[in-house]
Amino acid sequence: MTIDWVNFTPWSSLAGGLLIGLATAIFLLFNGRIAGISGVVGGLLRPADGDIAWRIAFIAGIVLAPFAFRLAAPLPSVQIDADTMTLIAAGLLVGLGTRYGAGCTSGHGVCGLSRRSPRSIVATACFMFAGFMTVYAVRHLLT
Amino acid sequence: MQIIISFITGLVFGLGLIVSGMANPSKVIGFLDLAGNWDPSLAFVMGGAILVASISFRLAKNRSKTWLGDKIRLPMATQIDKRLVLGGLTFGVGWGLAGYCPGPALVSLTQGSKPLIFVLAMLAGMAIFELQGRITSSRLRRRS
Repeated sequence: MTIDWVNFTPWSSLAGGLLIGLATAIFLLFNGRIAGISGVVGGLLRPADGDIAWRIAFIAGIVLAPFAFRLAAPLPSVQIDADTMTLIAAGLLVGLGTRYGAGCTSGHGVCGLSRRSPRSIVATACFMFAGFMTVYAVRHLLT
Repeated sequence: MQIIISFITGLVFGLGLIVSGMANPSKVIGFLDLAGNWDPSLAFVMGGAILVASISFRLAKNRSKTWLGDKIRLPMATQIDKRLVLGGLTFGVGWGLAGYCPGPALVSLTQGSKPLIFVLAMLAGMAIFELQGRITSSRLRRRS
């Protein structure tokens, strides 16, 4: 292992993390809910009375965030290496996995670890492990 | 009020994802590439988020109602089963393949066709989960 000092951004990553934590705190203390993205989105596919509007508002906030960011600064550039077939396969796996596992990086990773939920600790260990293994396989075994 | 709070939460969350670098798939994969040229930045995202979120969970611990007087709804499930483990592993494989998890994919939705394709596939995956759940529960109902 070597450290990628060129791309290492401890301060902006920490600042972004604090904002994510702040969003989680607002949602918990004012709305009494866990800010788990896969759960918020997945719940829309099981529509219940009075349970739709807040989900759409939450998703609208995330989707519009780049436009709010652009009021202050240009968006940081991104790079997506995956091709279309990989994106489709990855999307399906993420959709299925987060619903069967009842959470993603936000619900299990941030909220679950923050409240020391044993279930979330196990789930986070699983998806981190699988993520490390997948990147290892794609970058170092198959190429 | 709930709807306004939800919108603000999504907005702040999304800004956090952009600022942190989580919205950049190659940075996420750089973090997951332990054996290569490793970029530890995302550990700082998790650290910062957990730092603030833990304080809020501590504040909420001794309350049954929110600051607005609504019920606090925390997940009740405690069992660690095959479903949780296999779900987590499946999600991790998808995350490693594309570098997107649900939040960053949504924040990038308007930024090109690639995140759009990922989000549509993710919704399809979630829909398969719903359909499977409905088929299983109707089978159980017929049996009883």
